[in-house]
Amino acid sequence: MQLRLVDLGIDGLATVTLTVLPGECISIKGASGSGKTRLLRAIADLDPHGGEIYLDDMACSATSAPAWRRQVALLPAEIVWWKKTAREHFDGGSEVPTAALHLDDALLQRPLSELSTGQRQRLALLRLVQHSPEVLLLDEPTAALDPASEQRVEAFVEQYRNRYSAPVVWIGHDVEQLSRVAARHFVIHDGELSQKPPRSSASQ
Amino acid sequence: MSVHALTHWDLIAAALLVLLLGAASIWLQLGLQSQLLVATLRMVAQLLLIGFVLRVLFATTNPLWIVLMAAVMLMVAAREVVQRQTLRLAYKPSFAGALVALLLSCVSVLLLTLLVFIGNQPWYAPRYAIPIFGMLLGNGMTGVALALNTLMQNVVNRRAEIEQRLMLGANRQSAMSDIQITSIRNAMIPTINAMATAGVVSLPGMMTGQILAGTPPLQAVKYQILIMFVIAASTGFAVMLALWFGARALFDERQRLRLDRLTPDGHT
Repeated sequence: MQLRLVDLGIDGLATVTLTVLPGECISIKGASGSGKTRLLRAIADLDPHGGEIYLDDMACSATSAPAWRRQVALLPAEIVWWKKTAREHFDGGSEVPTAALHLDDALLQRPLSELSTGQRQRLALLRLVQHSPEVLLLDEPTAALDPASEQRVEAFVEQYRNRYSAPVVWIGHDVEQLSRVAARHFVIHDGELSQKPPRSSASQ
Repeated sequence: MSVHALTHWDLIAAALLVLLLGAASIWLQLGLQSQLLVATLRMVAQLLLIGFVLRVLFATTNPLWIVLMAAVMLMVAAREVVQRQTLRLAYKPSFAGALVALLLSCVSVLLLTLLVFIGNQPWYAPRYAIPIFGMLLGNGMTGVALALNTLMQNVVNRRAEIEQRLMLGANRQSAMSDIQITSIRNAMIPTINAMATAGVVSLPGMMTGQILAGTPPLQAVKYQILIMFVIAASTGFAVMLALWFGARALFDERQRLRLDRLTPDGHT
Protein backbone atom coordinates (compact mmCIF):
# COMPACT_ATOMS: atom_id res chain seq x y z
CA MET A 1 0.00 0.00 0.00
CA GLN A 2 1.04 3.57 -0.44
CA LEU A 3 0.32 6.45 1.89
CA ARG A 4 -0.72 9.66 0.20
CA LEU A 5 -1.20 12.99 1.93
CA VAL A 6 -3.13 15.53 -0.15
CA ASP A 7 -3.16 19.14 1.09
CA LEU A 8 -3.01 17.88 4.64
CA GLY A 9 -3.44 20.96 6.80
CA ILE A 10 -2.77 21.56 10.48
CA ASP A 11 -2.31 24.81 12.40
CA GLY A 12 1.06 26.45 11.95
CA LEU A 13 2.21 24.26 9.08
CA ALA A 14 1.82 24.86 5.35
CA THR A 15 -0.34 22.17 3.74
CA VAL A 16 1.50 18.96 3.04
CA THR A 17 1.20 16.92 -0.15
CA LEU A 18 3.37 13.86 -0.13
CA THR A 19 3.38 10.20 -1.12
CA VAL A 20 5.17 7.46 0.79
CA LEU A 21 5.63 4.43 -1.44
CA PRO A 22 4.94 0.84 -0.40
CA GLY A 23 7.79 -0.37 1.77
CA GLU A 24 9.44 3.04 1.81
CA CYS A 25 10.63 4.78 4.96
CA ILE A 26 10.84 8.57 5.10
CA SER A 27 12.27 10.60 7.95
CA ILE A 28 11.03 13.89 9.37
CA LYS A 29 13.20 16.14 11.44
CA GLY A 30 12.58 19.54 12.95
CA ALA A 31 12.89 21.64 16.07
CA SER A 32 10.62 20.72 18.95
CA GLY A 33 7.29 22.48 18.59
CA SER A 34 7.65 22.63 14.81
CA GLY A 35 4.70 20.30 14.31
CA LYS A 36 6.27 16.89 13.64
CA THR A 37 4.22 15.17 16.29
CA ARG A 38 1.05 17.00 15.33
CA LEU A 39 1.59 15.99 11.71
CA LEU A 40 1.77 12.30 12.69
CA ARG A 41 -1.31 12.72 14.89
CA ALA A 42 -3.18 14.23 11.96
CA ILE A 43 -2.18 11.33 9.71
CA ALA A 44 -3.54 8.93 12.33
CA ASP A 45 -6.66 11.18 12.41
CA LEU A 46 -6.28 11.92 16.10
CA ASP A 47 -6.45 15.69 15.56
CA PRO A 48 -8.71 17.71 13.29
CA HIS A 49 -7.00 18.53 9.99
CA GLY A 50 -7.68 19.81 6.51
CA GLY A 51 -7.10 17.90 3.27
CA GLU A 52 -7.29 14.17 2.79
CA ILE A 53 -5.17 11.11 3.44
CA TYR A 54 -5.29 8.01 1.27
CA LEU A 55 -4.14 4.48 1.76
CA ASP A 56 -3.99 3.40 -1.89
CA ASP A 57 -7.54 4.41 -2.91
CA MET A 58 -9.04 4.30 0.56
CA ALA A 59 -9.74 7.81 1.87
CA CYS A 60 -9.39 8.47 5.58
CA SER A 61 -12.69 10.36 5.73
CA ALA A 62 -14.51 7.44 4.11
CA THR A 63 -13.18 4.93 6.65
CA SER A 64 -14.33 4.58 10.24
CA ALA A 65 -11.86 6.23 12.59
CA PRO A 66 -10.94 3.11 14.60
CA ALA A 67 -10.45 1.11 11.39
CA TRP A 68 -8.23 3.85 9.99
CA ARG A 69 -6.08 3.93 13.12
CA ARG A 70 -5.69 0.17 13.07
CA GLN A 71 -4.30 0.50 9.53
CA VAL A 72 -2.25 3.64 10.16
CA ALA A 73 -0.55 2.80 13.44
CA LEU A 74 1.05 5.58 15.44
CA LEU A 75 3.74 4.91 18.04
CA PRO A 76 3.73 8.05 20.21
CA ALA A 77 6.81 9.48 21.90
CA GLU A 78 5.16 8.89 25.27
CA ILE A 79 3.95 5.32 25.41
CA VAL A 80 1.11 4.56 27.78
CA TRP A 81 0.26 1.21 29.37
CA TRP A 82 -3.00 1.08 31.25
CA LYS A 83 -2.92 -2.44 32.64
CA LYS A 84 -0.47 -3.98 35.03
CA THR A 85 1.36 -6.31 32.67
CA ALA A 86 2.20 -6.10 28.98
CA ARG A 87 0.38 -9.35 28.30
CA GLU A 88 -2.99 -7.77 29.14
CA HIS A 89 -2.47 -5.25 26.32
CA PHE A 90 -2.37 -7.99 23.71
CA ASP A 91 -5.35 -10.00 22.49
CA GLY A 92 -6.00 -12.93 24.79
CA GLY A 93 -4.46 -16.15 23.55
CA SER A 94 -2.47 -14.51 20.75
CA GLU A 95 1.20 -15.27 20.20
CA VAL A 96 3.44 -12.30 20.93
CA PRO A 97 6.59 -12.63 18.77
CA THR A 98 8.91 -11.49 21.54
CA ALA A 99 11.92 -13.21 20.02
CA ALA A 100 11.85 -10.85 17.05
CA LEU A 101 13.00 -8.07 19.37
CA HIS A 102 15.20 -10.26 21.59
CA LEU A 103 12.76 -10.20 24.46
CA ASP A 104 11.97 -12.98 26.89
CA ASP A 105 8.38 -14.26 26.96
CA ALA A 106 8.43 -14.06 30.75
CA LEU A 107 8.56 -10.28 30.52
CA LEU A 108 4.98 -10.25 29.31
CA GLN A 109 3.73 -11.39 32.70
CA ARG A 110 5.93 -9.15 34.82
CA PRO A 111 4.57 -5.86 36.18
CA LEU A 112 5.45 -3.19 33.63
CA SER A 113 6.90 -1.00 36.34
CA GLU A 114 9.68 -3.57 36.83
CA LEU A 115 10.78 -3.50 33.19
CA SER A 116 13.44 -1.21 31.74
CA THR A 117 12.57 1.63 29.39
CA GLY A 118 14.13 -0.29 26.53
CA GLN A 119 12.10 -3.40 27.26
CA ARG A 120 8.90 -1.42 27.47
CA GLN A 121 9.69 0.41 24.25
CA ARG A 122 10.25 -2.85 22.38
CA LEU A 123 7.06 -4.32 23.83
CA ALA A 124 5.23 -1.20 22.66
CA LEU A 125 6.47 -1.86 19.14
CA LEU A 126 5.12 -5.42 19.31
CA ARG A 127 1.81 -4.09 20.58
CA LEU A 128 1.78 -1.59 17.71
CA VAL A 129 2.07 -4.28 15.05
CA GLN A 130 -0.12 -6.94 16.65
CA HIS A 131 -2.91 -6.38 14.12
CA SER A 132 -0.53 -5.99 11.17
CA PRO A 133 -1.10 -2.32 10.32
CA GLU A 134 -0.46 -1.13 6.75
CA VAL A 135 1.47 1.98 7.80
CA LEU A 136 3.80 2.72 10.71
CA LEU A 137 4.11 6.25 12.10
CA LEU A 138 6.99 6.30 14.56
CA ASP A 139 7.56 9.29 16.82
CA GLU A 140 11.14 9.05 18.11
CA PRO A 141 10.91 5.29 18.53
CA THR A 142 14.43 4.89 19.92
CA ALA A 143 14.73 8.09 21.97
CA ALA A 144 15.37 6.38 25.30
CA LEU A 145 17.19 3.28 24.11
CA ASP A 146 20.74 1.98 24.44
CA PRO A 147 22.59 1.32 21.15
CA ALA A 148 21.87 -2.42 21.18
CA SER A 149 18.11 -1.98 21.59
CA GLU A 150 18.20 0.82 19.06
CA GLN A 151 19.65 -1.49 16.43
CA ARG A 152 17.10 -4.16 17.16
CA VAL A 153 14.26 -1.68 16.74
CA GLU A 154 15.74 -0.43 13.46
CA ALA A 155 16.10 -3.98 12.15
CA PHE A 156 12.59 -4.89 13.26
CA VAL A 157 11.02 -1.92 11.48
CA GLU A 158 13.01 -2.60 8.32
CA GLN A 159 11.93 -6.22 8.31
CA TYR A 160 8.32 -5.24 8.89
CA ARG A 161 8.14 -2.75 6.05
CA ASN A 162 9.83 -5.12 3.66
CA ARG A 163 7.60 -8.02 4.54
CA TYR A 164 4.33 -6.06 4.40
CA SER A 165 5.39 -3.39 1.90
CA ALA A 166 4.42 -0.92 4.58
CA PRO A 167 5.15 2.80 4.25
CA VAL A 168 6.93 4.11 7.37
CA VAL A 169 7.24 7.68 8.64
CA TRP A 170 10.07 8.01 11.17
CA ILE A 171 10.47 11.11 13.32
CA GLY A 172 13.87 11.50 14.91
CA HIS A 173 16.74 13.79 15.77
CA ASP A 174 19.80 11.62 15.17
CA VAL A 175 20.88 12.38 11.60
CA GLU A 176 23.07 9.29 11.38
CA GLN A 177 20.21 7.04 12.40
CA LEU A 178 17.78 8.73 10.04
CA SER A 179 20.14 8.21 7.10
CA ARG A 180 20.35 4.51 8.06
CA VAL A 181 16.62 3.89 8.31
CA ALA A 182 15.07 6.19 5.72
CA ALA A 183 15.47 6.69 1.98
CA ARG A 184 14.06 10.17 1.78
CA HIS A 185 14.49 12.88 4.34
CA PHE A 186 12.19 15.76 5.21
CA VAL A 187 12.61 18.67 7.52
CA ILE A 188 10.09 21.05 9.05
CA HIS A 189 11.43 24.56 9.05
CA ASP A 190 9.57 27.86 9.40
CA GLY A 191 6.21 26.15 9.24
CA GLU A 192 6.94 24.25 6.08
CA LEU A 193 7.77 20.62 5.36
CA SER A 194 10.38 20.22 2.64
CA GLN A 195 12.47 17.40 1.29
CA LYS A 196 16.18 17.62 1.84
CA PRO A 197 17.93 17.74 -1.53
CA PRO A 198 20.91 15.34 -1.67
CA ARG A 199 19.24 11.97 -2.06
CA SER A 200 16.99 12.13 -5.10
CA SER A 201 15.03 14.51 -7.26
CA ALA A 202 11.78 12.62 -6.79
CA SER A 203 9.75 15.31 -5.11
CA GLN A 204 6.45 15.46 -3.26
CA MET B 1 -53.54 11.51 65.67
CA SER B 2 -52.25 14.66 64.00
CA VAL B 3 -49.10 16.73 64.29
CA HIS B 4 -48.79 19.17 67.10
CA ALA B 5 -48.88 22.54 65.31
CA LEU B 6 -45.83 24.81 65.60
CA THR B 7 -46.35 28.49 66.33
CA HIS B 8 -44.19 31.35 65.05
CA TRP B 9 -42.75 31.67 68.55
CA ASP B 10 -41.57 28.07 68.49
CA LEU B 11 -39.60 28.79 65.31
CA ILE B 12 -38.19 32.05 66.61
CA ALA B 13 -37.00 30.28 69.73
CA ALA B 14 -35.29 27.61 67.62
CA ALA B 15 -33.75 30.31 65.43
CA LEU B 16 -31.99 31.60 68.55
CA LEU B 17 -29.84 28.47 68.36
CA VAL B 18 -28.58 29.50 64.92
CA LEU B 19 -28.03 33.00 66.27
CA LEU B 20 -25.95 31.47 69.05
CA LEU B 21 -23.92 29.58 66.45
CA GLY B 22 -23.38 32.86 64.58
CA ALA B 23 -22.18 34.52 67.76
CA ALA B 24 -19.76 31.64 68.33
CA SER B 25 -18.52 32.08 64.77
CA ILE B 26 -17.76 35.77 65.38
CA TRP B 27 -16.18 35.07 68.74
CA LEU B 28 -13.97 32.24 67.42
CA GLN B 29 -13.26 34.11 64.17
CA LEU B 30 -14.55 31.26 62.05
CA GLY B 31 -15.78 33.70 59.42
CA LEU B 32 -18.92 31.62 58.92
CA GLN B 33 -21.44 34.18 60.11
CA SER B 34 -22.25 35.82 56.78
CA GLN B 35 -22.61 32.50 54.92
CA LEU B 36 -24.69 31.20 57.80
CA LEU B 37 -26.93 34.26 57.66
CA VAL B 38 -27.48 34.04 53.91
CA ALA B 39 -28.10 30.29 54.04
CA THR B 40 -30.53 30.65 56.92
CA LEU B 41 -32.50 33.41 55.22
CA ARG B 42 -32.56 31.52 51.92
CA MET B 43 -33.73 28.36 53.60
CA VAL B 44 -36.57 30.15 55.42
CA ALA B 45 -37.67 32.10 52.35
CA GLN B 46 -37.50 29.11 50.00
CA LEU B 47 -39.36 26.80 52.34
CA LEU B 48 -42.08 29.35 53.12
CA LEU B 49 -42.49 29.96 49.42
CA ILE B 50 -42.73 26.27 48.64
CA GLY B 51 -45.17 25.91 51.52
CA PHE B 52 -47.49 28.44 49.89
CA VAL B 53 -46.97 26.91 46.45
CA LEU B 54 -47.77 23.44 47.75
CA ARG B 55 -50.84 24.72 49.57
CA VAL B 56 -52.19 26.15 46.35
CA LEU B 57 -51.09 23.11 44.38
CA PHE B 58 -52.69 20.63 46.77
CA ALA B 59 -55.93 22.54 46.62
CA THR B 60 -56.20 22.04 42.87
CA THR B 61 -56.06 18.71 41.16
CA ASN B 62 -55.38 20.30 37.81
CA PRO B 63 -52.58 18.17 36.39
CA LEU B 64 -51.28 21.10 34.37
CA TRP B 65 -50.06 22.88 37.50
CA ILE B 66 -48.37 19.72 38.71
CA VAL B 67 -46.57 19.35 35.41
CA LEU B 68 -45.51 22.98 35.54
CA MET B 69 -44.15 22.56 39.06
CA ALA B 70 -42.28 19.41 38.08
CA ALA B 71 -40.80 21.18 35.05
CA VAL B 72 -39.49 24.02 37.21
CA MET B 73 -37.95 21.54 39.65
CA LEU B 74 -36.32 19.70 36.77
CA MET B 75 -34.81 22.85 35.28
CA VAL B 76 -33.43 23.97 38.62
CA ALA B 77 -31.90 20.53 39.21
CA ALA B 78 -30.24 20.51 35.77
CA ARG B 79 -28.89 24.00 36.33
CA GLU B 80 -27.51 22.95 39.69
CA VAL B 81 -25.71 19.99 38.08
CA VAL B 82 -23.98 22.36 35.68
CA GLN B 83 -23.00 24.77 38.39
CA ARG B 84 -21.49 22.10 40.59
CA GLN B 85 -18.95 21.16 37.94
CA THR B 86 -15.47 22.61 38.06
CA LEU B 87 -14.61 21.49 34.55
CA ARG B 88 -17.29 21.09 31.96
CA LEU B 89 -18.51 21.40 28.41
CA ALA B 90 -20.11 24.62 27.23
CA TYR B 91 -23.24 25.62 29.16
CA LYS B 92 -25.84 24.53 26.63
CA PRO B 93 -24.69 20.93 26.05
CA SER B 94 -23.99 20.51 29.78
CA PHE B 95 -27.44 21.73 30.72
CA ALA B 96 -29.14 19.75 27.97
CA GLY B 97 -27.31 16.55 28.94
CA ALA B 98 -28.19 16.87 32.62
CA LEU B 99 -31.79 17.81 31.81
CA VAL B 100 -32.39 14.89 29.48
CA ALA B 101 -30.71 12.41 31.83
CA LEU B 102 -32.78 13.56 34.82
CA LEU B 103 -35.93 13.82 32.74
CA LEU B 104 -35.77 10.35 31.27
CA SER B 105 -34.68 8.65 34.44
CA CYS B 106 -36.51 10.47 37.24
CA VAL B 107 -39.76 11.03 35.35
CA SER B 108 -40.08 7.44 34.21
CA VAL B 109 -39.30 6.10 37.68
CA LEU B 110 -41.77 8.61 39.14
CA LEU B 111 -44.54 7.46 36.81
CA LEU B 112 -43.82 3.84 37.62
CA THR B 113 -43.88 4.59 41.34
CA LEU B 114 -47.14 6.52 41.24
CA LEU B 115 -49.00 4.31 38.81
CA VAL B 116 -47.80 0.86 39.73
CA PHE B 117 -46.23 0.82 43.19
CA ILE B 118 -48.43 3.29 45.07
CA GLY B 119 -51.52 3.31 42.89
CA ASN B 120 -53.27 6.17 44.68
CA GLN B 121 -56.40 7.85 43.20
CA PRO B 122 -55.87 10.03 41.25
CA TRP B 123 -52.35 8.77 40.60
CA TYR B 124 -51.03 12.29 39.97
CA ALA B 125 -52.21 13.62 43.36
CA PRO B 126 -49.60 16.32 44.12
CA ARG B 127 -49.35 15.22 47.77
CA TYR B 128 -47.56 12.12 46.47
CA ALA B 129 -46.15 13.22 43.14
CA ILE B 130 -44.29 16.38 44.17
CA PRO B 131 -42.43 15.13 47.29
CA ILE B 132 -41.43 11.89 45.59
CA PHE B 133 -40.26 13.69 42.47
CA GLY B 134 -38.28 16.03 44.71
CA MET B 135 -36.50 13.13 46.38
CA LEU B 136 -35.75 11.44 43.05
CA LEU B 137 -34.44 14.67 41.55
CA GLY B 138 -32.40 15.66 44.58
CA ASN B 139 -30.57 12.36 44.66
CA GLY B 140 -30.32 12.17 40.89
CA MET B 141 -28.84 15.64 40.76
CA THR B 142 -26.17 14.85 43.33
CA GLY B 143 -25.29 11.61 41.54
CA VAL B 144 -25.12 13.19 38.09
CA ALA B 145 -22.99 16.10 39.29
CA LEU B 146 -20.59 13.71 41.01
CA ALA B 147 -20.44 11.45 37.97
CA LEU B 148 -19.72 14.25 35.52
CA ASN B 149 -17.09 15.75 37.79
CA THR B 150 -15.32 12.42 38.03
CA LEU B 151 -15.60 11.92 34.28
CA MET B 152 -14.17 15.30 33.31
CA GLN B 153 -11.35 15.21 35.85
CA ASN B 154 -10.36 11.72 34.75
CA VAL B 155 -10.49 12.57 31.07
CA VAL B 156 -8.11 15.45 31.62
CA ASN B 157 -5.76 13.48 33.85
CA ARG B 158 -5.77 10.35 31.71
CA ARG B 159 -5.80 11.95 28.28
CA ALA B 160 -2.64 10.14 27.20
CA GLU B 161 -4.14 6.78 28.10
CA ILE B 162 -7.37 7.44 26.20
CA GLU B 163 -5.46 8.58 23.13
CA GLN B 164 -3.08 5.63 23.33
CA ARG B 165 -6.05 3.31 23.19
CA LEU B 166 -7.52 5.22 20.27
CA MET B 167 -4.18 4.95 18.46
CA LEU B 168 -4.33 1.20 18.85
CA GLY B 169 -7.70 1.20 17.12
CA ALA B 170 -10.10 1.27 20.06
CA ASN B 171 -13.43 3.00 19.54
CA ARG B 172 -14.36 5.80 21.92
CA GLN B 173 -16.50 3.56 24.11
CA SER B 174 -13.76 1.07 24.79
CA ALA B 175 -11.10 3.79 25.15
CA MET B 176 -13.29 5.34 27.86
CA SER B 177 -14.54 2.15 29.51
CA ASP B 178 -12.36 2.29 32.64
CA ILE B 179 -13.15 5.94 33.22
CA GLN B 180 -16.86 5.39 32.74
CA ILE B 181 -16.83 2.59 35.30
CA THR B 182 -14.90 4.72 37.80
CA SER B 183 -17.37 7.57 37.30
CA ILE B 184 -20.46 5.42 37.78
CA ARG B 185 -19.04 3.79 40.89
CA ASN B 186 -18.06 7.12 42.37
CA ALA B 187 -21.48 8.59 41.74
CA MET B 188 -23.34 5.66 43.25
CA ILE B 189 -21.39 5.54 46.52
CA PRO B 190 -23.63 8.02 48.41
CA THR B 191 -26.79 6.21 47.31
CA ILE B 192 -25.40 2.79 48.21
CA ASN B 193 -24.10 4.06 51.54
CA ALA B 194 -27.48 5.60 52.32
CA MET B 195 -29.12 2.23 51.79
CA ALA B 196 -26.48 0.39 53.76
CA THR B 197 -26.77 2.61 56.83
CA ALA B 198 -30.48 3.40 56.66
CA GLY B 199 -32.13 2.82 59.99
CA VAL B 200 -28.88 2.06 61.78
CA VAL B 201 -26.90 5.25 61.61
CA SER B 202 -29.59 7.58 60.34
CA LEU B 203 -33.34 7.57 60.29
CA PRO B 204 -34.27 8.71 56.79
CA GLY B 205 -36.02 12.08 56.67
CA MET B 206 -39.17 10.97 54.96
CA MET B 207 -39.75 8.16 57.40
CA THR B 208 -39.10 10.44 60.35
CA GLY B 209 -41.56 12.92 58.92
CA GLN B 210 -44.25 10.33 58.45
CA ILE B 211 -43.76 9.03 61.96
CA LEU B 212 -43.98 12.56 63.35
CA ALA B 213 -47.18 13.00 61.37
CA GLY B 214 -48.66 9.98 63.10
CA THR B 215 -48.15 7.21 60.57
CA PRO B 216 -47.61 3.81 62.22
CA PRO B 217 -43.85 3.09 62.11
CA LEU B 218 -44.12 -0.05 60.01
CA GLN B 219 -46.18 1.77 57.43
CA ALA B 220 -43.59 4.56 57.35
CA VAL B 221 -40.82 1.99 57.01
CA LYS B 222 -42.52 0.41 54.02
CA TYR B 223 -42.75 3.77 52.32
CA GLN B 224 -39.11 4.44 53.07
CA ILE B 225 -38.07 1.10 51.60
CA LEU B 226 -40.05 1.85 48.46
CA ILE B 227 -38.48 5.29 48.20
CA MET B 228 -34.97 3.93 48.62
CA PHE B 229 -35.53 1.41 45.86
CA VAL B 230 -36.79 3.98 43.42
CA ILE B 231 -34.11 6.51 44.38
CA ALA B 232 -31.36 3.95 43.78
CA ALA B 233 -32.81 3.03 40.41
CA SER B 234 -33.48 6.55 39.15
CA THR B 235 -30.11 7.85 40.36
CA GLY B 236 -28.31 4.93 38.73
CA PHE B 237 -30.03 5.38 35.38
CA ALA B 238 -29.66 9.17 35.47
CA VAL B 239 -25.93 8.76 36.14
CA MET B 240 -25.48 6.31 33.28
CA LEU B 241 -27.39 8.49 30.85
CA ALA B 242 -25.55 11.65 31.87
CA LEU B 243 -22.19 9.89 31.51
CA TRP B 244 -23.19 8.58 28.13
CA PHE B 245 -24.08 12.09 26.93
CA GLY B 246 -21.00 13.60 28.58
CA ALA B 247 -18.55 11.09 27.13
CA ARG B 248 -20.11 11.39 23.70
CA ALA B 249 -19.72 15.15 23.70
CA LEU B 250 -16.01 14.83 24.45
CA PHE B 251 -15.41 13.18 21.09
CA ASP B 252 -16.06 14.46 17.60
CA GLU B 253 -17.49 12.58 14.64
CA ARG B 254 -14.04 11.09 13.89
CA GLN B 255 -13.79 9.77 17.45
CA ARG B 256 -11.07 12.22 18.39
CA LEU B 257 -10.81 13.27 22.01
CA ARG B 258 -11.62 17.00 22.01
CA LEU B 259 -10.49 18.45 25.33
CA ASP B 260 -10.66 21.88 23.71
CA ARG B 261 -14.40 21.60 24.29
CA LEU B 262 -13.90 21.70 28.04
CA THR B 263 -13.98 24.99 29.87
CA PRO B 264 -12.63 25.42 33.39
CA ASP B 265 -15.26 26.64 35.83
CA GLY B 266 -17.70 26.97 33.00
CA HIS B 267 -16.67 30.17 31.29
CA THR B 268 -17.89 29.72 27.77
